[in-house]
Amino acid sequence: MTAAAPSERVEFVLPGVKCAGCIAKIENGLRPLSGVHGARVNFTTKRVAIDHAPELTPDALRCAIAAIGFDAQPIAAAAPLLDNRESKALLRALAVAGFGAMNVMLLSVSVWSGAAGATRDLFHWLSALIAMPTVAYAGQPFFKSAWAALQRRRTNMDVPISIGVLLATALSLFETIEGGPHAYFDGAVALLFFLLVGRYLDSMMRDRARDGVTALMRETAPGGTIVLPDGTTLWKRAAELEPGMRLLVAAGERFAADGIVEEGLSTVDRSLVTGETMPERIAPGEPAIAGTLNLTNPLTVRITAAGDRTSIAEIVRMMEAAGQSRSFYVRLADRAARFYAPAVHTLALCGFAGWMLAGAGWHQSLLVAAAVLIITCPCALGLAVPVSQVVAAGALMRKGILIKDGSALERLAEADEVCFDKTGTVTIGKLVPDGALTLSGREKSLALALARASLHPLSRALAAVLESEQVEAAPLTDIREHPGLGIEAVADGLRVALGRPGWLGIDRVDAAGSAVALFAGEGPATLLRFSDRIRPDAPEIFLRLRQMGFETILLSGDRREAVAPVARSVGATALVELSPIGKVEAIQRIQRGGHRVLMVGDGLNDGPALAAGYVSMAPASATDVGQSAADAVFLGDRLAPVAVAVAAARRTRAVVRQNFALAIGYNALAVPLAIAGLVTPMLAAIAMSSSSLLVLANALRLRNCAR
Amino acid sequence: MSGLGLLIPLALLLGLGGLATFLWSLNAGQYDDLDGAGIRILTDEDCES
Repeated sequence: MTAAAPSERVEFVLPGVKCAGCIAKIENGLRPLSGVHGARVNFTTKRVAIDHAPELTPDALRCAIAAIGFDAQPIAAAAPLLDNRESKALLRALAVAGFGAMNVMLLSVSVWSGAAGATRDLFHWLSALIAMPTVAYAGQPFFKSAWAALQRRRTNMDVPISIGVLLATALSLFETIEGGPHAYFDGAVALLFFLLVGRYLDSMMRDRARDGVTALMRETAPGGTIVLPDGTTLWKRAAELEPGMRLLVAAGERFAADGIVEEGLSTVDRSLVTGETMPERIAPGEPAIAGTLNLTNPLTVRITAAGDRTSIAEIVRMMEAAGQSRSFYVRLADRAARFYAPAVHTLALCGFAGWMLAGAGWHQSLLVAAAVLIITCPCALGLAVPVSQVVAAGALMRKGILIKDGSALERLAEADEVCFDKTGTVTIGKLVPDGALTLSGREKSLALALARASLHPLSRALAAVLESEQVEAAPLTDIREHPGLGIEAVADGLRVALGRPGWLGIDRVDAAGSAVALFAGEGPATLLRFSDRIRPDAPEIFLRLRQMGFETILLSGDRREAVAPVARSVGATALVELSPIGKVEAIQRIQRGGHRVLMVGDGLNDGPALAAGYVSMAPASATDVGQSAADAVFLGDRLAPVAVAVAAARRTRAVVRQNFALAIGYNALAVPLAIAGLVTPMLAAIAMSSSSLLVLANALRLRNCAR
Repeated sequence: MSGLGLLIPLALLLGLGGLATFLWSLNAGQYDDLDGAGIRILTDEDCES
């Protein structure tokens, strides 16, 4: 490896990596290339990092990966590094706290077993030597958060933790210097260890599903080909495009910027923005939207808006604005802490004051206060909540439901109204033929050959059906595509065509659904009807959700005629022809009425609505924007995961509440002992571990919550 | 008592060694791709130098 050569690093997203073979193919395919110093695939995040010579451009590397057979998109390196830094810092603190807790406990057990005199003092000193650096390092996450809360004149869970740990450490040090009998180093360090476990689990859960951060960049085209005034062309990245430039968009390419069509006649797939499944015709003078797909013919577009001014960027901004309401959500544990922290502090203070008044020295009184703070350690809140949520999320993950973070589960349990998008959510989002295809064998092979020649969604749907029936494509010559009409070709000397029913002599087709006609050279053309199919269990799940106390509503960008049959079959109220902002307003109107909305949607046009909902879910077939805006993503063709997730979230909430009750009950028993001054370091350690184990065991009951 | 003089430092050293190794492996990126590590064992890496 030429370590001395100048090297740059670039990362690509590889959605297609699925197995060990893919990893080997990509790495071994890239390494022999000149200028590539190293390539490493990260399977978990579906990325490849390439170290390369500066003269290789990201675009050349992308082509190289494409040549190996994978679709890759470059990503900016800055953002994703930040996310798991927090988890790593917590893991490091956890390791240090674990080391400290084990060793201090080892020494403490000897003291409890009766070591006395010089041995006890030596062991206390050794404990101090281990515990103080440990507390200084591993306690930082709590100290920082507590300090930040205090600066804002608030209190959170970390305030009593920090005070308890610091007070216990300082007092134990004093005890050690004085040669006293009780040192709480083990309690302080073990407390940190237990709490860090909870903190780490919580943070890990957030990381795991957060790889969608780069999604927005994938959605829009990475760049486009510019026609210079002298007629030559040049490929530019999306960020370098400016209004006024002329953009050349090939068939099958996405528009890299908003613009007005100057030349060419084509059809575009706007489903990304409007949610409308049918392709639309586009002619000179009409607007093209960045991120939408040019289907049939090359177009020249004069750019009117580029970069962060495009309508897609506008949707992203709307999503951020809509999502802000959600940042006001206060986690369950923090809500509990609002009552818990003041109560604990008052108790400790009362203990201290009481013993002072009773005539004990300030040393003795402070020891009592520290014992109260340690014994009321919020392990139940710090550990039991994240553990319950991680166990529940694990159970849901085995059922194909990915929950992004713990607060999503909490909010899911609180939702009482559910809004569904239609296309791609209640329906599968793919066109399938109505009934069996009424075609002969020869017609089928002609249809397949014609359908393969076009990128139109109907053609692709038809080709997919025929391919699954193992039809052989007929040989065609002289294939011509008529934009907006269909495909024409010659087979065995006869003219054949596949296209718009009107074009092939079939006059009226009713509005619902889509249809295509096949003309097989002789006789009348055959009409093939297609429609989007409803998810098989949708009516049943809607019923179940209503039984669980939800109102069910359909929000759709589609026409009334397309929505009505779906709404009827699932028995939901429907709002139709909504723009993305219309969906947000509908949700906000419901939420102003005091309801909490679970939004289930998939498209880019649902992004803002997903962000505006109290909580949101998206199917895994959703656009990346939809997935990254949603709190949970579910796999598979069924809608059942929505009901399963809600049920599991409610069970989780019940278990978390039980854990709170357990913790408070246990405190009610232990606090009087602590105030009475009867709690020795050994008792504190036993009480703390047993309460943690108790809530852990209770949380494990959630293992099967996703049934 | 004299045994303690040897055993306690030894225990601490071993513990610190374990901690240092863990922190090293964490910083070296060994936990970055746990799923990938699990399936990489199935690839033949011998074919390249």
